[in-house]
Amino acid sequence: MKKNMKTKKSNNKVLDIFSFLQNIFLNNIVTISFVILCLIGLRISGLSTAFYLNDLIARVSRNSFLILALIIPVTAGMGMNFAIVLGAMAGQAAIIAVTHWGISGLPGFLSCVILSSPLAIFLGYLTGKLLNKTKGQEMITSLVLAFFANGVYQLIFLIFIGTVIPMENEAMVLGAGVGLKNTIDLFRIKYALDNILKLPLPRTAIILSILFLIIIMVYFVFRYSRLQKNTNKITDKKDLTFYEFIKKNAGYDVKFYSVIAVIAMAWGLVIMNSNSLIKMVQVPIITSLCVAAMCLFNMFITKTKLGQDFRAVGQDAHIAGIAGINVNKTRVTAIVISTLFAAWGQLFLLQNLGTLNTYGSHEQAGMFAIAAILIGGASIEKATISQALLGAVLFHTLFIISPLAGRNLFGDAQIGEFFRAFVVYGVIGLALGAHAWQKLRKTKKMLD
Amino acid sequence: MYKKMIQLVNDFGIPRIIIISFLIVLLIMAFILKIPIAELLSASLVRLGMHGILVLAMVPAINSGIGLNFGLPLGIICGLIGVLISIEFNLRGFTALFTAILCAIPIAAIIGYGYGVLLNKVKGSEMTVGTYVGFSAVSIGCIGWLILPFRSPEAVWPIGGGLRVTISLVNRLDKVLNNFMAIRVGNLNIPTGTLVFLSLLAIIIWLFSRSKTGIAMRTVGDNPRFAVASGLNVNAYRVIGTILSTVLGAIGIIVYAQSFGFLQLYTAPMFMGFTSVAAILIGGATVKKASIIHVFIGTFLFQSILVVALPVANKIMVTGDLAEISRITISNGIILYALTQIKERA
Repeated sequence: MKKNMKTKKSNNKVLDIFSFLQNIFLNNIVTISFVILCLIGLRISGLSTAFYLNDLIARVSRNSFLILALIIPVTAGMGMNFAIVLGAMAGQAAIIAVTHWGISGLPGFLSCVILSSPLAIFLGYLTGKLLNKTKGQEMITSLVLAFFANGVYQLIFLIFIGTVIPMENEAMVLGAGVGLKNTIDLFRIKYALDNILKLPLPRTAIILSILFLIIIMVYFVFRYSRLQKNTNKITDKKDLTFYEFIKKNAGYDVKFYSVIAVIAMAWGLVIMNSNSLIKMVQVPIITSLCVAAMCLFNMFITKTKLGQDFRAVGQDAHIAGIAGINVNKTRVTAIVISTLFAAWGQLFLLQNLGTLNTYGSHEQAGMFAIAAILIGGASIEKATISQALLGAVLFHTLFIISPLAGRNLFGDAQIGEFFRAFVVYGVIGLALGAHAWQKLRKTKKMLD
Repeated sequence: MYKKMIQLVNDFGIPRIIIISFLIVLLIMAFILKIPIAELLSASLVRLGMHGILVLAMVPAINSGIGLNFGLPLGIICGLIGVLISIEFNLRGFTALFTAILCAIPIAAIIGYGYGVLLNKVKGSEMTVGTYVGFSAVSIGCIGWLILPFRSPEAVWPIGGGLRVTISLVNRLDKVLNNFMAIRVGNLNIPTGTLVFLSLLAIIIWLFSRSKTGIAMRTVGDNPRFAVASGLNVNAYRVIGTILSTVLGAIGIIVYAQSFGFLQLYTAPMFMGFTSVAAILIGGATVKKASIIHVFIGTFLFQSILVVALPVANKIMVTGDLAEISRITISNGIILYALTQIKERA
């Protein structure tokens, strides 16, 4: 009898893990197909792991901030904010000014941050107002707004500079004295943030895993001590040992991530003691910490009143309004925060790139960020931090491998590049289409 | 009186007033700067014929209820394929033009059917989805231009594979319609053939809108619920509208190419949908209603601004591409305005 019970229990456990995995698979079909696509592409491209990782870490650390800027408007039910392009423009305006004034290094970067913020908040406010006038059509509006703003941006930096706005700088202004050059060298703030502290990847992996495990341990010790205090006071229940407590309370996700952390640590140790080139891969620690801080902010805000308002408005604006939430104001706040983060995100991007493509750097910011977060498994209605980060990794992997894979497969790197563009547009189109289709089916069901 | 004025201005739309005033200012400057007005006018007329059909493609789309057709690049790519086929068969003149059109129409009809069915599945988000369908189609087209088996030496790169970015149409399609019965009055050139062809298509669309199918299609676009109640198949009429729009897009790019003298492949069609949408909106159309007259007014106004802005800007300024900047700002500005005018359906 006892034996029977035991086998049943363990059977359940297997089933639990199985359904956990099944759920992961079914809910993330887009992401999983991209993981497979990336793996095949990596194989075909024939890139060395060290080169790939080096490129990937640089790209993900510089671009994650922009992608994370998309989350709050999604929570507030406004869909993907294509208008983060306006934030990117604010960031670039600040960078142009700071480069002109000749402020270098970290002070230069920080003055960019300070200078771009009021501009981004102002632009975000206007965007929010406009989106309140076009409820239900937010995405096409923000998309067209991004193009419109691009026209105004060109007007300012191509025609007003030198005519309306006096500016004398041979390195930046075109020969005739009117309009900015196509590319501006950002040598003054290049790597201002990245170069503060860089650690090799294996060591970073070990430090991170140890930190993660310590945090998990501290968390459980804290909860265990509290539980013991309570049980001693209220009931005479038999005390659990600490080991039993963890076994009982740690979910599959915690166990899963802990196993990954241990594997990462082991991997780091192995690599550190080998002759692998991966030892040379550097991680920009400060930039990564800023991204981590941004993630924490996104988690933190959901716990506040404002975050709850975002969610209420996102779920049903009408009911939120009846419940006494100022819907329009909440929506404007969401867009302002998003635009501000986008401005900073563009600064992160440009300090790593080191050159400003005056009339092009901002153009793709919105579309690439949105494609990335969608590849990570986000939808128009729900986007999380892990989706944003995973999306960044997958999207940039695709970017690194596409030209090489195209060349090796078809003998033409261009095919890979066009395929990449197709993926960007196709993924956004697919996500938008799937969302609209589901909404239509829902209303039909309600009518029936 | 004052209230009436305000009402009138609001009905007309503040952006349209701004656009017309901008054009008037440009014209006055052109006059002061002694830029020959006759040349500007003929350039505007050429551009009207060039873009007219692409703008006309918006009419069936808007009237059937799918809204502004940002997915126009789908049709444009079909038209490009038509012209490439005519080059491949080494055709010239009118034969080339009509072969291109006849080849493009069935392809566009099939693609338009698929696109229409897709749009029926995403009612309420046609514009956003359409934009991205258009963009994806352009990037698929890019891959297609690299690997499609066209062999004509005029069309493909001499070294390596794939079609050229721009293909010259001299001695083939170049200006066959523009020069057909062209009238010359002093400095004023009127591209009669193109304008007649545009008017012909406009009349066909107008006649169609008077037919039984056309009236049913407009009802569907106007009030889908009423249409369902009257026993009309809403989805079918929306598909018809989409097919018509896509086919007109295909014919439109062929006429555009003959007037321009070059065939532009790869990413060139990306924003052509936006330009056409903007033109019909400037002409006075809304997201729900459009007519033939909006096409003519809008295209002429919009293209005139671009035509006049270029020489004026070149005379007063040393650098900077004012025409391109005004194109981006005006077209996207008017679309934004139209979007704010959509009344939210409760």
